[in-house]
Amino acid sequence: MGVGTIWVFAEESNGAVASITLEMLAKARELGDTVEAFCGVDGDGLAETLGAHGATAVHATGDLGGGLAGPAVAAAVAAAVEAGTGPDVVLCGTTYDGRDVAGRLSAKLGVGVITNVVDLADDGGSVVGTEPVFGGTTNVKTTFTGTGTQIFLVRPKSFMAEASGGGSAEVKPLAVPDLGATGTARVTDRFVEESDGPKLDEAAVVVAGGRGLGEAANFEMIEKLAKQLKGAPGASRAIVDAGWVPYSYQVGQTGKVVKPDVYIAAAISGATQHLVGMKGSKTIIAINKDEEAPIFAVADLGIVGDVHKVLPKLIEALEAR
Amino acid sequence: MNVVVCVKQIPDPADPGVLDPETKTLKRDMKLILDESDSYGVEMALQLRDDAGEGDVILVSMAPHEETNGLRTALAMGADSAILITDDALAGTDALGTAKVLAAAIGRTQPDLVMAATESSDGYTGTVPEQLAELLGLPSVTFAKAIEIDGGSATIRRQTESGYDEVQVPLPALVSVTAGVVEPRYPSFKGIMAAKNKPLDVLGVADLGLTADDVGWAGGGQQIVDISPAPTREAGEIVVDEGDAHERIVAFLDELKVL
Repeated sequence: MGVGTIWVFAEESNGAVASITLEMLAKARELGDTVEAFCGVDGDGLAETLGAHGATAVHATGDLGGGLAGPAVAAAVAAAVEAGTGPDVVLCGTTYDGRDVAGRLSAKLGVGVITNVVDLADDGGSVVGTEPVFGGTTNVKTTFTGTGTQIFLVRPKSFMAEASGGGSAEVKPLAVPDLGATGTARVTDRFVEESDGPKLDEAAVVVAGGRGLGEAANFEMIEKLAKQLKGAPGASRAIVDAGWVPYSYQVGQTGKVVKPDVYIAAAISGATQHLVGMKGSKTIIAINKDEEAPIFAVADLGIVGDVHKVLPKLIEALEAR
Repeated sequence: MNVVVCVKQIPDPADPGVLDPETKTLKRDMKLILDESDSYGVEMALQLRDDAGEGDVILVSMAPHEETNGLRTALAMGADSAILITDDALAGTDALGTAKVLAAAIGRTQPDLVMAATESSDGYTGTVPEQLAELLGLPSVTFAKAIEIDGGSATIRRQTESGYDEVQVPLPALVSVTAGVVEPRYPSFKGIMAAKNKPLDVLGVADLGLTADDVGWAGGGQQIVDISPAPTREAGEIVVDEGDAHERIVAFLDELKVL
């Protein structure tokens, strides 16, 4: 027995369907009797890819005219649920808009959200979400007790995206009811921060720096090394909070989850917050002065040493090749 | 300019505590501190109040056993007053229940702006701001990096996957603030002394017109079905740097065929 109808929140990234959406569709196909998508944009541009990944329909609000996705999409889904045409299970990605949609929908329907989910399973028709806690040392499995819509927030990189070979999803209109004051925020301008090199959450190599770098200027070493390895620079929460690098660099529980082939942690002690975001890396190299640093417990290669000595030599050695 | 800031008092992240195997809630019998994530919202609120030249920064918090240590920190930074909701019925309250409690408390104030962190450092569900906005019937902008107030509206830079959006929203509104965007001030000695005499209302669930069914485990509609250790990673080779550790890294990267 499956879990009924699952709706997956579809998001775009640079004109393409976001990876997290495709990851959730792959899992939804295992669980649901019916798998469909919903979105806060015009559905036509997404229908082919969503269909190829197993969604039979995409419920689309159409262009929101600068309105934010959260209130509009949540109100539309809540209206569908109330009309009896909505889903049994809603999956949203742990993204800027995914969290807005899940939070708003939760309050609209009066049901909770199971968050930070890294795995989903069918337990006799209800969905069980797995959430790592305490730096990923413990897994907590949670399920809903009521009969209402089950809402889950899924962390990126939890599942492998996989095409199913389906045809284009059927685009269906998703009516947005009057939002009143909740719909009054408007995007007036968009700014893209240019970065050369791969995106942090997609890079095969990530080089991340932490507080042990001493000062903001030393982050340059991290960027240099990342560039040489054709990877992306990342950061611990400590130096993001200290304002050395933007929030978008943050790897961790409250930042980005990364699963590169190689993760180099320089001057990062390995607080639980950070470990949750990078433990899934295929290979981990850690450089830290403190031989007791928790990062060494997860590292495949641990260098007990001073990053100010090791990194310049490493960069020089790589430049010489 | 009245700004309500939702703040959470959490166990010190350096000592995150454990789950109580009986109640399946976090043990919170230790002293709690102001969540660092919330200090950015407090700082932004203080700046907005000061720029406006009038109004109050009002803290709202939900915590067990009348804990006020974290609130005192924010009051010492310069917030004007605080509302603390504390009640035995709140044990096990999930994010939606928390939002209901905060919404009821905020309903006692007349905010121009409600601020929150994007998520707490301990529970990190990250859904409370949106749930709260919906319950209050307010527009919301999450993941704000900067806020400018211009008369009856705010212009906000909102973090996106590829950069940021500029979003305009009429007040009152709810804004959640990303960590690291301002430098939170340290409480001065004068501030710490002044904080002792600032108004701090302690309320129970019934004072807010809510019942025990709205909050706690009863209100959550969720149950934990399993708690188990996660598969562990094996620690690998450890090399103490004697001036040549970089060579080992290069060799290792070679083995991985990254170079």
